[in-house]
Amino acid sequence: MELSTFFQQLTNALSLGSLYALIAIGYTMVYGILRLINFAHGDVFMLGAYFAFYAATSLAMPWWVAFIVAIGLTAMFGMGLERVAYRPLRDSPKISVMISAIGASFLIENVGIVVFGGRPKSFPSIPLFDTVVHLGPVSVLSVSLFIPVITAAILVALLWIVNGTKTGLAMRAVSTDLDAARLMAIDVNRTISMTFGIGSLLAGLGGIMWTMKYPQLNPLMGVMPGLKCFIAAVIGGIGNIPGAVLGGFLLGVLEIMIVAFLPELTGYRDAFAFVLLIVVLLVKPSGLLGKHQAVKV
Amino acid sequence: MISTKDVSMRFGGLTAVSDLNIEIQKNEIVGLIGPNGAGKTTAFNTITGVYKPTEGRVIFKGRDITGQKPHAITRLGIARTFQNIRLWKDMDVLENVLVACHLRMDVGVAASTLHLPGYRAKERRSREFAMSLLESVGLADQAHEAATSLPYGKQRRLEIVRALATEPALLLLDEPAAGMNPQESLELMDFIGSIRDRYDLTILLIEHHMQVVMGVCSRMYVLDYGVTIAHGTPDEIRRDPKVIEAYLGVD
Amino acid sequence: MKIKRNTLLSLAGIALLAGAIAVADATLGRFSVRILNLSAIYIVLALSLNLLNGFTGLFSLGHAGFMAVGAYVSALLTMSPAQKDMNFFLEPIVPFLRDLQLPFPLALLAAGACAGLVAVVIGVPALRLRDDYLAIATLGFAEIIRVLITNAQSLTNGAQGLKAITKYSTTWVVWSVAALSVAFMLALVRSSYGRTMKAVRDDEVAAEAMGVNVFKVKSTSFVISSFMAGVGGALLGHMITTIDPKMFTLTLTFNILLIVVLGGNGSITGSVIGAIVVTVLMEALRFLDMPMNFLFIKTDGLPGLRMVIFSILLMIVVLYRQRGLMGNKEFNWDDFLGIFRRKGASGAGGRS
Repeated sequence: MELSTFFQQLTNALSLGSLYALIAIGYTMVYGILRLINFAHGDVFMLGAYFAFYAATSLAMPWWVAFIVAIGLTAMFGMGLERVAYRPLRDSPKISVMISAIGASFLIENVGIVVFGGRPKSFPSIPLFDTVVHLGPVSVLSVSLFIPVITAAILVALLWIVNGTKTGLAMRAVSTDLDAARLMAIDVNRTISMTFGIGSLLAGLGGIMWTMKYPQLNPLMGVMPGLKCFIAAVIGGIGNIPGAVLGGFLLGVLEIMIVAFLPELTGYRDAFAFVLLIVVLLVKPSGLLGKHQAVKV
Repeated sequence: MISTKDVSMRFGGLTAVSDLNIEIQKNEIVGLIGPNGAGKTTAFNTITGVYKPTEGRVIFKGRDITGQKPHAITRLGIARTFQNIRLWKDMDVLENVLVACHLRMDVGVAASTLHLPGYRAKERRSREFAMSLLESVGLADQAHEAATSLPYGKQRRLEIVRALATEPALLLLDEPAAGMNPQESLELMDFIGSIRDRYDLTILLIEHHMQVVMGVCSRMYVLDYGVTIAHGTPDEIRRDPKVIEAYLGVD
Repeated sequence: MKIKRNTLLSLAGIALLAGAIAVADATLGRFSVRILNLSAIYIVLALSLNLLNGFTGLFSLGHAGFMAVGAYVSALLTMSPAQKDMNFFLEPIVPFLRDLQLPFPLALLAAGACAGLVAVVIGVPALRLRDDYLAIATLGFAEIIRVLITNAQSLTNGAQGLKAITKYSTTWVVWSVAALSVAFMLALVRSSYGRTMKAVRDDEVAAEAMGVNVFKVKSTSFVISSFMAGVGGALLGHMITTIDPKMFTLTLTFNILLIVVLGGNGSITGSVIGAIVVTVLMEALRFLDMPMNFLFIKTDGLPGLRMVIFSILLMIVVLYRQRGLMGNKEFNWDDFLGIFRRKGASGAGGRS
């Protein structure tokens, strides 16, 4: 393949990867603290996009206001979700929580279909993100330049929060041992709420960025990205924030590059993530950057 | 009957057990004591196959069983109870014991499901065996009650009886007297002695209750931070300065 | 003797049910019969998921994948060469498959067997994983199966799917299979092997220590469950007469999960009742998705409202009555008759 095509594909891969990374972080944070696969994360991602859409169109807000409003709403929604669907089941067997998560996911999707309508909607164009930029032989959408920067900024911010602040310390305590944390007078409920809030905020942001890149919205848009980003988080080491970023990039690069080199595999593109997941689960279940957790008997 | 040779168990940076060398002869009752976190349950777990020892071998009845899976080791004749009682909540007392009988029944899924005559005879025999075990500990009347509805002391006995249902040659008891008052502990001591005689067992016992251990064990190993600091008869151990130091303040 | 009475009552009950089904089949309209038979297929599917989830404690989300395997295998094996040629217009079917045509019963067994085989391949690696990882891994496998089916043009006709499948799923066929499944489950659960399954579900560490080969129990459960799911998928295909990869998504697995949770995870009776209730409800509530002309209110139809209600139902059950309708109890005559006795008694309480 020509060098310029290679670079083009690589750019695409990195931009997709950073998007996956952004969403994967939210998954990994929630799993890290609650050992819960939040199946509804992908749907929260979808809500972020739709909130922004309605804010920008029906409420005619300037785009940057719409974005902030949408992200705020999404964060609140995430916290509400935790309180309604997961908190009551905290002492229940794992299976109940997982069923609740799946139920919540389907509920959000179908409410979305009812309220937003099943037909895809187009996000109005925002020049700042919609321009095609030429970097030498490579053309890229301007938004694709923003995404990695945003992801990096968030990664730094999160690492600072988790490792440098009291809230972050509380998060790490709760994720290590919930009951012990409670005994240390840590407000477990508030810590978990905060984690969900941050995770959902990131999902909402991810949804908006996704829409900038792929401007078509539909209520089921979060399903595949949600699954793939969860897989990315697992690959990187679930519960590990840098791991999620790594996993996201790896997945994005793999998806694009494999199809670039072997176009006959295009139809199988969605399956790559799952194959990769299974390989990782078999070879190193704790993920690339994760630690092995021994079960105490 | 069983011996461990230089068994060590490491988890990442933590050495839970180092250079464990235990030897137990047939029909002995041997104790394994030590302060909390000394690695006693970990030692159990390396013997029963829950953990594969990082180093060393476990020899049972002349066979090297190091690293085999727990159910295979149980089949070979080693059974155990747990520090935190692990009874099956959704089954009644009798069913808890019957599950343990399944091992010796040697029935496949097909024979089991189709309730073939061969299976039915084995099932009947298992039920009789299970009921006799329950009778020997006075639980026969509660056979159809939920296992977790029993008082704590009886749950412990049920767990022991369940382990006996696998027809072991070696029985590992993990703190069987935990939570018992002195009276119950004495009864337990007698019970352990009697099952050793009745079922021709060899017993390895983890315990904190000094009464029980001193009263029923012929020999003891003392662990502290995974290291064997002493080994001998109850009298020797009682007077060993290293043991006293490790246990300072603990009964 | 009590046992004799219960056996007689059970036989009478079964005869009554069989009679009712025969009458319904003869008298009700085609649409209603279809719902009736769909319930039977869902009984089989619910039982298969319950075996895995409720009785062995394995949370698998891959059910739709096994159903797809079963449906495709059975369809491909029962279609005549002429039908195949008609379907495979984009790309001809693989030669060895073209002329292969088997009678329905054999095809049905083959469907289950293939699904079971896939389960062996998937199960060996996946069952080593912890519960939540198992869920995602099985989901992943189901998606992989779907993607494979969509792309294997010469084998499965890809995204076009298969049409004009012979409608072998008559009332007698599906209800016999359903009855057989119930009988099988009852026999399995009440056997010694069934007890070990429940032990694995409750505490697998203890089970392993008591000599139960936990991995073997899990994989056996997985394979049997997948076999049943394959059969269910095949019956579904032969009822709807067209199948395509888009049918076998997570939504389908969700519907079955819904039935199992509502009926009671770990109760055979619950799955049977749940399957019938949910299937009927699914159809009955279809009007919600349609344009409505209710007094002065005219709506354009709210597609998805039906699923919203079912999702809410699932959430309510899992949040407030986790054990579902039956919990993990089964139907037995003493309890059933006891209801009537209690209602008839005056003052002082119910049964002893």
